[in-house]
Amino acid sequence: MSEAIQVHPDYNYKVVRQFAVMTVVWGIIGMSLGVFIAAQLYWPALNFDTPWLTFSRLRPLHTNAVIFAFGGCALMATSFYVVQRTSQVRIFSDKLAAFTFWGWQAVILSAVITLPMGLTSTKEYAELEWPIDILIALVWSAYMINFFGTMIIRKVSHIYVANWFFGAFILTVLVLHIGNSMAIPVSLFKSYSIYAGAVDAIMQWWYGHNAVGFFLTAGFLGMMYYFVPKQAGRPVYSYRLSVVHFWALISLYIWAGPHHLHYTALPDWTQSVGMVMSIILFVPSWGGMINGIMTLSGAWHKLRTDPVLRFLVVSLSFYGMSTFEGPMMAIKTVNALSHYTDWTIGHVHSGALGWVAMVSIGSIYHLIPVLFNKPRMHSIYLINVHFWLATIGVVLYIVAMWMSGVLQGLMWRAVNADGTLTYSFVEALEASKPFYFVRFLGGVFVVVGMLIMAYNCYMTIRSKSEDETVRSDAEAQTA
Amino acid sequence: MDYAITGTIFTLIVFVVFIGIVIWAYSKKSKSGFDEAANLIFADEDKKEKRESGTHE
Repeated sequence: MSEAIQVHPDYNYKVVRQFAVMTVVWGIIGMSLGVFIAAQLYWPALNFDTPWLTFSRLRPLHTNAVIFAFGGCALMATSFYVVQRTSQVRIFSDKLAAFTFWGWQAVILSAVITLPMGLTSTKEYAELEWPIDILIALVWSAYMINFFGTMIIRKVSHIYVANWFFGAFILTVLVLHIGNSMAIPVSLFKSYSIYAGAVDAIMQWWYGHNAVGFFLTAGFLGMMYYFVPKQAGRPVYSYRLSVVHFWALISLYIWAGPHHLHYTALPDWTQSVGMVMSIILFVPSWGGMINGIMTLSGAWHKLRTDPVLRFLVVSLSFYGMSTFEGPMMAIKTVNALSHYTDWTIGHVHSGALGWVAMVSIGSIYHLIPVLFNKPRMHSIYLINVHFWLATIGVVLYIVAMWMSGVLQGLMWRAVNADGTLTYSFVEALEASKPFYFVRFLGGVFVVVGMLIMAYNCYMTIRSKSEDETVRSDAEAQTA
Repeated sequence: MDYAITGTIFTLIVFVVFIGIVIWAYSKKSKSGFDEAANLIFADEDKKEKRESGTHE
């Protein structure tokens, strides 16, 4: 496509386009992997007795692919786009942007190769071995320099609130990654964490929960604060609330990690602090959700005609749901029932598929026509089809996991009058089996939606540009 | 000083700073700057992109 007909020739849209397209590609791959391992839980023969096709190796590949490949590309696309447009300046460095893109794809490809080989540090959401960890730190530093550099050379006096959220996400993820990945290498593909015992556990969940809090929440809230008002065509409901939301969220999230370690070797007081902080987190989370949804007040009718806006607003509803569920599950007595069951998996996917994926999908649908200089997406109807497939898929998934999880929790804790367990583990597993099929079905809905999105994006990118449409219309009139 | 005292002092400082942020965010002085910032998402648009006028506050 020709660069000369860009609407804003002074912005670097190339890196945004690259990341936006790869968001869709990695989304399909990561979610398909999820469907495959969900199928393995229902039809265990699907591992074909091949080590690198086993659930234990593909599950970390699935989580890495959806969080860091799909989510990461979506965050990098939108943050580079938003920081340029709200700072009204071209990106700080084109070279660093290109390095960030290719470096990040290299990280993802190394994950695709090493995780099925069984090379893992065994830290959840930080499984990649030390050489890849170093590459991540380098790429992320380039990303950070470029993002903050663009903010520093901005042409306007204010820093828009979305950039505060993106900035906090980028800075914190670097600190978390370096802190948790500290290890002593013993060979090229094997290392041991420098932390031991309960300290290792709390370092891991300080990292793990803040991967949720900063990667999967603050970053995507940055997305929300730009794309919801933009798509609705009106400024955010309350800018004041967004400022309080930011400071409350970032000062609380960092303390919530211990709720992953209830009833473990972690000191009891630490568990209680983690629980209290997790419950308080409900307040800023809902403040942000209400701020996003109320941006539509007076413009609710737009939801009837605009499926992109529907994606964004429903993502906020799922955000509200999972940030109510999360604090509840962090209460120790609730956690005693929910921990290690499928309820946790349901909670994670209500956040990941409902909030993170839907807000990303909505933002990408907004971005594709702008980035490729097209009047609109190829088919609004297909966006609507995708919306319903995604919604039905998520609801099937989370309802199945809630039911399976509560059932598991109740069966595991049931004891007879003489103190022996009422059910064996296999009995609980059999009870969960039908729900595993429903979960698989929900996943299929989500992936079919993503494939429709890919087709729609491809047709949009291949279609005539805005200027070409005007030109051919003019030619048709003169002919 | 032991952990309990430094922890208490830190908690109090964070609490006071947070109250300060709330007061600052909701003060009349911040209003015009915030309105300007809130409209930054529309500030670099060309005519083709549509928007509605007016703010909520």
